Amino acid sequence: MKSTTNVDPPLRVAWTQAIASIRVRFLRMAITTLGIALGIAFFCSMQTLRIAESTVVGSERDRQAWLIATSLLMCLVGVTNSMLMSVGERFREIGTIKCLGASDGFVVKIFVLEALLLGLIGSSVGATLGTVAIAVFATRAGETVTLPQVATTIGVGVAAGALLTITAAVVPAMQAARMPAAAALRVEL
Amino acid sequence: MDIAKQYGEGEAAVRALNSVTCEIYAGEYLSIMGPSGSGKSTLFNMIGGLDKPTEGSVFVNSVDLAQLTPRELAFLRCHTIGYIFQTFNLIAVRTALENVTLPMLFAGTNPDDANSRGRELLDLVGLGHRLHHRPSELSGGQQQRVAVARALAKSPTIILADEPTGNLDLKTGQEIIDLLRSLNEDRNVTIISATHDHKMLSVSDRIFSIRDGQLADVQVNEKVRPSASEA
Repeated sequence: MKSTTNVDPPLRVAWTQAIASIRVRFLRMAITTLGIALGIAFFCSMQTLRIAESTVVGSERDRQAWLIATSLLMCLVGVTNSMLMSVGERFREIGTIKCLGASDGFVVKIFVLEALLLGLIGSSVGATLGTVAIAVFATRAGETVTLPQVATTIGVGVAAGALLTITAAVVPAMQAARMPAAAALRVEL
Repeated sequence: MDIAKQYGEGEAAVRALNSVTCEIYAGEYLSIMGPSGSGKSTLFNMIGGLDKPTEGSVFVNSVDLAQLTPRELAFLRCHTIGYIFQTFNLIAVRTALENVTLPMLFAGTNPDDANSRGRELLDLVGLGHRLHHRPSELSGGQQQRVAVARALAKSPTIILADEPTGNLDLKTGQEIIDLLRSLNEDRNVTIISATHDHKMLSVSDRIFSIRDGQLADVQVNEKVRPSASEA
């Protein structure tokens, strides 16, 4: 009997396409995977620390350093991924403005400024939220946190955030800028 | 010009263009035609300095493009060549006027002058009333007219148009062709376009046919004037 509706091909077809798609965007997929890996590593190490707390692995200080390092790394991976996407979906725009006479440096400037702005806004909000929340918490618990201390923490946070974002943006932006204009225009997404 | 372009290396290499030698004259209206995959767009990209030949060289106004640094190439694109694309390629986040003034800003024009010239150009292409619309608020024909105005911004001597009417209906396509033709006649701008459009071909001074990476045929259109000096 002839069927009038569309039939999905076997799952294997979807599977081969998924594999092909991962292969094509290998770098970005690798970064996404790295992000997941870091996040879960973070989660699992915290869990393990809690279990092992009584037997104590390392000092409190070591534990905090580990916490800070992993969270910053996760942040960097996340931002790199977003910047890669942001540059990737705008190849055509990059090609166009190169045709209009933009130098490679100008293209990089656009993306760096974009990253700087996003980085500044994001880290200001994040730094304020994080610092103030814990400061309030600590004060309630009877500890003293001075205003200069809070200000320094926020300052360091914002600077780190902006730096992180720009670092993540520079490499993909430079790659995009160096492409021949024709190649950038040809890219289809 | 005598160029070959090779994509890839070794056995998988594809020679998109195979020693095409041609001269394009200043002030002429040239159409390049050929089936897709013939190397038409490749040739086109070479002429515009958008891509580099694997062998041979491209001279624009007796300047060898291969010898230019990226910055000099940007300067050339900025001052000598205006580009028009099949897909318009306007900057989506900028208004019509800003799209037209952008290349002037790259050339160091001060913003006020750029703005007044941008208005004049949009007037010229019949869009004086849509200065502050974004591309998404304009029809295809209007977007392409903004693109023409943008290509004219730096008073280029050459306009490169890649299938400029390919995404337009017949009537709007005709308007763009008329516009290009009148620019060619009134301002002596060299027009080089890749096209399939018969109406486009019929107003051309010369037509290059590209087949399998080679210049197969040059047709000279008699009814249009004999060409001027060498480019």
